[in-house]
Parts: sequence; structure tokens; C-alpha cells
Amino acid sequence: MNDKSKIVIGLIIFLAIITFPFWYNMGKATSAPEPKLSDKAKAAKVCVEPKEYMKAEHMHILDNWRNEVVRKGNRTYKSSTGKEYNISLSSGEESCLGCHTDKAEFCDKCHDYASVNPYCWDCHIDPKEEKK
Amino acid sequence: MKNSRRSFLKIAGVSALGLVIKPVFNTFASSEEHAEHLKPDFSKKNNALTGKRWGMVIDTRKFQSEEDLKPIIDACNSIHNIPDLKVKNHEIKWIWEDEYEHAFTDSENEYVNERVKHLPFLVLCNHCDDPPCVRACPTKATFKREDGIVLMDFHRCIGCRFCMAACPYGSRSFNFRDPRPGIEHQNPDYPTRTKGVVEKCNFCAERLAVGKMPKCVEVSNGAIAFGDLDDPDSTVRKLLKENYTIRRKPSLGTHPSVFYIV
Repeated sequence: MNDKSKIVIGLIIFLAIITFPFWYNMGKATSAPEPKLSDKAKAAKVCVEPKEYMKAEHMHILDNWRNEVVRKGNRTYKSSTGKEYNISLSSGEESCLGCHTDKAEFCDKCHDYASVNPYCWDCHIDPKEEKK
Repeated sequence: MKNSRRSFLKIAGVSALGLVIKPVFNTFASSEEHAEHLKPDFSKKNNALTGKRWGMVIDTRKFQSEEDLKPIIDACNSIHNIPDLKVKNHEIKWIWEDEYEHAFTDSENEYVNERVKHLPFLVLCNHCDDPPCVRACPTKATFKREDGIVLMDFHRCIGCRFCMAACPYGSRSFNFRDPRPGIEHQNPDYPTRTKGVVEKCNFCAERLAVGKMPKCVEVSNGAIAFGDLDDPDSTVRKLLKENYTIRRKPSLGTHPSVFYIV
């Protein structure tokens, strides 16, 4: 039983492989991207709800919206400020993408960073990629 | 005051309990705060058309040939992003043309008059009052709305196709492949579907919501009427009162909401 050296070498190689991703990415950490507001969104100043709330809860709002529209036919949303909005993701002036016109800069940037892959655009049409 | 070991332990115990409970209360408090903020208020648009049971009356006397049906079918296809996939097996149909013998299998009159026998019939989802597809759907992706429209929630469909097996009218189509390449002109106002989802006519629910009549009604030059079957004064009820109408496969008891004047 004199394989001590072989075992140690094997262990070292094993550890090196296992920890490779950490070595490889060392010092390369990037900061979280800032979504870029379109001129239109900047001019509007406010979204349907306050910014902080939208940051944390936009997915829940969208989820609620889709249920209300599809299942109940409710297409008007009254925000906490009392203003009424048309419920739409991608079409028309009063829609999410009507204001945040650049999906790549506004949605995709963060979603890519966080590795979140919503399937909204499998069906909903981004006006930019619209085929004429 | 002289503290005994017993009283010290008591106080220590109560304080420890307090320390444990505080964070729990905090979470409850914050979630309530959340719930208060999320008090969404939804409503229908002011001009939305509402009814108790939407129905359709198709006057087949105003259709002579397939040519008359084509513009209606094309209009529906283009606004709903229905693909033309060329392969018959992959076909998606919302409103299409069929012959009398296929559409009305219940009527066994082999001596039916020549006009009706060779008439092209427009067929679509019947938005049954007792829809078998809704009962068959395990995820409630297809459901009957309060206004009688049998609707699909494409977000929820898992593509099991039980509804297709349940529908006696063949009104449902399955997306065997990505429909987007088959759509010539995409209409950004209506989403496309994805592979693995069932779809069918929705009585233009998205148009009713903004105060418009279904597209097929709009382009039919008065051959198709749409209205509330529950309202005795509606145009559809008037047409039903004045004309002899038939429905598809009435013996199945699904109570279709689409009527045909023959």
C-alpha cells in the first residue's frame, strides 16, 4: 500500500478541475447592468407604478395583467396614483413596449445578466422585429 | 432584590422567546404592507361590448360559392396571425369552409335540395353553451367566459390535446411546429402562438373588448350577424325568430351558439 503519492497527485488534479471555474472567472466580475430608458420613457418620468416597485414586482404585474385580460376581459388598469392605463404588452401607444421602445436595452440586458428567460416574446411580437 | 436561579431562567426564557418572535412579526408586517400596495384595480373599457351569451347567425343564402367565403376567412387569418403552413397535417383553422354533408352529419335527408347540398358552409368554433372541451381540459387553459365565449388561455395550454378529442366539431388545431415562419404579415396587435399549443376561434374577444364586432361579421356584408342570444331584442334573436335555422350536431347536446339560416 504505497500509493500515497499517486492519491495526493490525483486529489490535487481533482481539486484543480473542480475549482477551475472560480480561478477562471477571478477578477472578472461585472456589475449589474442598468436598463437604458428610451427617450419616451424618460420624458414620461413615471411608469404605471413607482420605479422601485416596478423593479421588484413587474413580473407580478404582468402576470396579473395577463390573467385579467385573457380570463376576464378587463383591459384597463387603475394604478395606485389613480391614473388609468391600457393593459397591453406590445401593441399600441399605451403599452409596455410602446414606451420602452427598445426591448434589447430595457428588458434583455437585465434578463440576460440574471439568466432569466421569460417566454413572452415567443408569442407577443416585439414591434421592432415585426415582419412587414 | 435577591434573584434566584429559577427567576433568572424565567426571564431569560421569556426574552429568548421575544427575540424569536420579533422577526416573525416583522415578516408578517412587511407582507401586509406589500399586499396593501398591490391592490390592483381592473375594469373593462368603457366601449367594450358585453353580453350574456354571444351567438352568431350565418345566412347561407347570401353565399353562392367558395369565392364569397374567401375574403372572410382571409380577414380572420390575417388579424389573428394564423399561419399558412402548406402541409395539410399541420394546418391551423379558425374559420373555414366545409360541405353540408360533413358539417351537418345529423341530418340524414339524402334528398336534401340541390342548393343546400352543394352550398359551401362557413364553419368555426360553435362556442357551445355546454362545451365538452372545457370539461376535458386538465389545466383549465380552455374555459367558458361569463359572456358565453369559449376561450383559450394560450399561456396555460400544455398541448395535451384532450380538448381536440372532446370537440365534436373539429374546431381546434394543434401547433405541431413554430407558426411564425408561416405568417406572411404579422399583426403586432395580436400574439402568435408557439409550438405545442392548441388554438381555435375566439369570437374575436379582443375586438369585443374594444367595442368592435368580430372581423368575419365586419367583412361579411351582412351575411353574418353577431349578438347576444340572451337579449330578446338583439339582431340575432330577431333573425332566429324570422328564419328557419339549423345548428351543427344538435343531438350531442352541446348547444352550439352558431346558427345557420338555410
